[in-house]
Amino acid sequence: MGVDIGGTFTDVVLELDQAQFSTKVLTTYSAPEDAIIDGMHQVCDKAGITPADIDQIIHGTTLATNALIERRGARTALITTAGFRDVIEMRTESRFEQYDLNLSLPDPLLPRQQRYTITERIDARGQVPIELDSAELDRLVSQIEEAGYESVAIGLIHSYLNDAHERQVQQALARRLPQVMISLSSEVSPQMREYERFNTVVANAYIKPLMKSYLGRLQGRLQQEKVDCPVFLMHSGGGIISIESAAEFPVRLVESGPAGGAVFAAHIAARYGLDKVLSFDMGGTTAKICLIKDQTPKTSRVFEVARTYRFKKGSGMPISIPVIDMVEIGAGGGSLASVDAMRQIRVGPQSAGSEPGPACYGRGGDKPAVTDADLVLGKLDPDNFAGGSIALQVERSSEALQAELGQVLDMDAQTAAYGLVEVVDENMANAARVHAVENGEDLAEYTMIAFGGAAPLHAARLCEKLGVERLLVPPGAGVGSAIGFLRAPFSFEANRSQYMKLSQLDPERVSTLLQELENEARAFVRSCDEQAEILAEFKAYMRYSGQGWEIPIALTSEQARQPDAATYLQLFEKSYHALFGRTVEGMDVEITVWAANATTPAHSVSPVQLAEAGAHARTQGTREVFDAALGEVTEAAVVLRHDMQAGQCVKGPAVITEDETTIIIPASRQGIRQPDGCIDLMPQVEGQRRRAS
Amino acid sequence: MSKQKSTVVLQVMWNRLISVVEEQAQALVRTAFSTSVREAGDLSAGVYDRQGRMLAQAVTGTPGHVNAMADAVPHFIRRIGKNNIFEGDVYITNDPWEGTGHLHDITVVTPSFHQGEFVGFFACTAHIVDIGGRGFGADANSVYEEGLYIPIMKLIEKGELDQTLIRIVRGNVREPDQLIGDIHALSTCNEIGHRRLIDMMLEFELSSLEDIAAFILENSRRATLERINALPRLSASGEMTIDGFSKPIDLKVRVDIEQDRIVCDFEGSSGLDKKGINVPMVYTKAYACYALKCAIAPEIPNNAASLAPFEVVAPVNSIVNAVHPAPVALRHVIGHMVPDTVYDALDKILPDTVPSEGAGTLCNFQVSLRPRTDDISDPAEMAARDSARRAEVLTFNSGGSGARPTLDGMNATAFPSGVMTMPIEATEHTGPVIIWRKELRPDSGGEGKYRGGLGQYMEVGAVEGHEFDFQAMFDRVDHPARGRQGGGNGAPTVIHQDDGTPMQGKGKQFVPHGRRVMLEFPGGAGYGRVAERDPVLIRRDLARGYITADRCREQYGFSQAEVDAVLDAVRRGEEIL
Repeated sequence: MGVDIGGTFTDVVLELDQAQFSTKVLTTYSAPEDAIIDGMHQVCDKAGITPADIDQIIHGTTLATNALIERRGARTALITTAGFRDVIEMRTESRFEQYDLNLSLPDPLLPRQQRYTITERIDARGQVPIELDSAELDRLVSQIEEAGYESVAIGLIHSYLNDAHERQVQQALARRLPQVMISLSSEVSPQMREYERFNTVVANAYIKPLMKSYLGRLQGRLQQEKVDCPVFLMHSGGGIISIESAAEFPVRLVESGPAGGAVFAAHIAARYGLDKVLSFDMGGTTAKICLIKDQTPKTSRVFEVARTYRFKKGSGMPISIPVIDMVEIGAGGGSLASVDAMRQIRVGPQSAGSEPGPACYGRGGDKPAVTDADLVLGKLDPDNFAGGSIALQVERSSEALQAELGQVLDMDAQTAAYGLVEVVDENMANAARVHAVENGEDLAEYTMIAFGGAAPLHAARLCEKLGVERLLVPPGAGVGSAIGFLRAPFSFEANRSQYMKLSQLDPERVSTLLQELENEARAFVRSCDEQAEILAEFKAYMRYSGQGWEIPIALTSEQARQPDAATYLQLFEKSYHALFGRTVEGMDVEITVWAANATTPAHSVSPVQLAEAGAHARTQGTREVFDAALGEVTEAAVVLRHDMQAGQCVKGPAVITEDETTIIIPASRQGIRQPDGCIDLMPQVEGQRRRAS
Repeated sequence: MSKQKSTVVLQVMWNRLISVVEEQAQALVRTAFSTSVREAGDLSAGVYDRQGRMLAQAVTGTPGHVNAMADAVPHFIRRIGKNNIFEGDVYITNDPWEGTGHLHDITVVTPSFHQGEFVGFFACTAHIVDIGGRGFGADANSVYEEGLYIPIMKLIEKGELDQTLIRIVRGNVREPDQLIGDIHALSTCNEIGHRRLIDMMLEFELSSLEDIAAFILENSRRATLERINALPRLSASGEMTIDGFSKPIDLKVRVDIEQDRIVCDFEGSSGLDKKGINVPMVYTKAYACYALKCAIAPEIPNNAASLAPFEVVAPVNSIVNAVHPAPVALRHVIGHMVPDTVYDALDKILPDTVPSEGAGTLCNFQVSLRPRTDDISDPAEMAARDSARRAEVLTFNSGGSGARPTLDGMNATAFPSGVMTMPIEATEHTGPVIIWRKELRPDSGGEGKYRGGLGQYMEVGAVEGHEFDFQAMFDRVDHPARGRQGGGNGAPTVIHQDDGTPMQGKGKQFVPHGRRVMLEFPGGAGYGRVAERDPVLIRRDLARGYITADRCREQYGFSQAEVDAVLDAVRRGEEIL
């Protein structure tokens, strides 16, 4: 059973042999486990089994993310090196929005009085110019005790090189205050750059009591329900870890839901044997885009959570943990549109949410949302939205579009809707383009996999804009993340900063370090499964000396065990050339961070036997749908998804409807239903695709 | 296609161009060697039409390049010659007057051709590590001493790199590989922008940028003029005195709000300084314009039309309009003070809009480390000296920003500059320097209804066996940030060695083995009268240690009992709101 606790819904998917049973229940904030139990009973009933029959539960949750966003963590203290009390408050000393004189910087997770210092110092070589003052440490522990903290983060300068002082502080605390939870920066995120490391350890400490208590309660409730199978947690890096590891490092659970979505897409990529996939997940408030190469989502080692200012880079807090690399922008079905001073249509990141919702919900929303534009353009059927549960009011959408956009821009409601949708699609396409270029990829070679409630409405237009030929819309798109959890391997990535110039590469030190990291990572995976085969993958983050941006270079086990500067240089230059089109003569190369990932092999997949193009699917009449590429209304055939048999085809312009969403097939595309239920879209005419290189 | 629908398409294209230049800038951040570019964002990127009018500029970057970038391309067109522009060309300069204000900024311009037709330009600028001469500092007496000068010229002609130029550059700078790497990074970043532009032109079947240029410029002009014409037609003067190098400098400005334009006239400002803190006009213009845009039209993107209504003038060879051959390397020291000067005037025209004065100038310093040279005989000390090395370490740091009409100032946050600081762990890897302290400086924010942002403390030393020169680039030692509407002044800059040896705010100074430089960076000024400050905020500040108990009693009027109540609550771990 896969369970994804999201901001609005908790999705539960039960897989029994080849069959899937899923449900969505409202998330129960005060006791999130209630929704899980509720959903579990629903899917068990559908499948005709009892909860005791469940073999394994894999769980992902936004609870950790939400606790950070909403500042609902524990009473937490930070202990740091004397002279560096304010690292998490001073941030980068810059403004993420340069033209706003009334900018407010986000408050650090811990206000200054909860940040304590201790006299000690480790230098950049890991040596100890100032020993830790133990008398001062005793006094500090007394202060922590008096103030009654539940959780303490320890973050000392250069501790990623030498954790001795952090351990000393930990021991002193544990001895006198055994009930206090402790997090060490050298364990949670042993990477250079104090702002990111301290912030990560503080975030971990801050949510640890909450997550530990929640996971404990969940286990208790499951036992009451006679479920005694193991429970695992999805982590941000796209794998699963034990409930004990999750309770120790809850910061690794941040963004586990979206990670599940990427794993879902990667699994479909594997079924179709696709090496280059762009996953596109569009929901109510945001769209997420991820590159999946060789059926593996791209990962990164730092990301930003809880952005406070229009999703703007720098307005959140950095968390340095292994994470699936995604771009997230404020573009979803509920994103609201307005006209700015330049008479340009702007969409998002403000969202209508579910209350009042877009204007067409008729619940008092009077601003036009993306959903309103989709409705006016004929992309949504007003009588069959969300399985007919909400009757949409087209005239309210038109009024809102007319009032907010049309009047200012001298446009009718339909053109305003066209403008709105083109702007939001362009925003998403730009995000995808920038992300691809940053990774040295050409999207023309990619296939898009679209899921999430709003994605199938916009995906084909995005493909037109990006020059992407093929688009797959899998079934179960509404609960994609929860399905993804069921496909994730056990995995854990360990990494550490260790500066080394390639010209002075010390093979012994490198192989020892990588071995240590591998052992650490393997232990986590082993704790989940005592028998499984475990594969190790290695990475070195490299750059030219003097640059500030590293390229992750994958190393084979052999390259990790027998480090060789010439080989490493070759690997680096190849990647650098792919990214920037040239290499730089005469510059030394340096390695800043090393990583080892231990993982069980990917779930085996049965490849899809592509269907032969057969008859045209049965149509349920036609409706008028605006085609953005043509700039005009077309007469689109309407097809019910559950009506379509494998091999049946649909030529655009057409719409394929289902309870969860609607797939728009523009005039440029045609679709075929594959045997696994995916709708597979391609351009109608060979070579018709827009140029994109 | 109907006019309505073509408007939609033009809107999409404008969005695309903004994304193109952003991508161009990101490419530079990721490939540049210069610390100031990659860590601190000291760069700029933009796209231009055939006439050299800037259509879009990346938001990534620092305000110092705002107008300089808009003005630079027309200089290139004039110098290169319209008939001398070929496909495959790349142009270069570091001219302080036709580029972005000092020799340390290299600007690269690339003409864009589509289907054999010349359609526009891409340009980008980056602050580079070293350009030879005396090195980055204020010590030069003329621009000739500040480094190698590259007039506007072709770096690449029809695909052919000018090897002579490359050899001359290589032979004149301290870090030739890095500099050549940066020059290539600049030209690559234009190339990336160019490719994306061509994709767009193919997708939308464009043969020129004329329609989209007209659409962008017209909408931007109209939006900007609407803002300006909604302002009262008034004039006001502002002034500020700052430390300067050897003698104090007066900055004076008169702001006139007229129909369809705003004029800033710096008549009355001090004359040239002997040392390299003079400011070329482009840089003054950039910061004056930036200040006005923040206050009047913050969300209108920078392009030729949105910048044109902001006119900036200054007497020739005043400190804010230095002409060749004045030394200008550290033009930012004065340039960063221009916004607060403009705001002194603007506050009289638009009350309750602009902040109080802040730290202004970034608190940057460079440390030149080397093995100690004093006489020693202790074997351990000699061993440490023998393993010591030479290194240059540059850091960027910020004081506090000024309080706003309804908000406190920001602690240790740069304004007007857009640059970021570096992690001290990264700094300590670049050379044998040790940063012993970098944290907020309590009591440094000026008091007021809204408190100025706090400055910061830093302590800088070297690893055993080293001594160093400390290149200071600070202001506000004698002229702290001034409050508005009754708000108090921020704390001044303080600099000395740990044994009490005094140091200067500017210039290169020797620091012997074992000594540390003790720095206190300035706070921002307060806004409004302190008596009106919300006691909740005073208690919060005391609990957080933004203000000390003494300050709380003396300036904020708390009794000892009130102070004790807060401090006791903190000890017991109670929430203070």
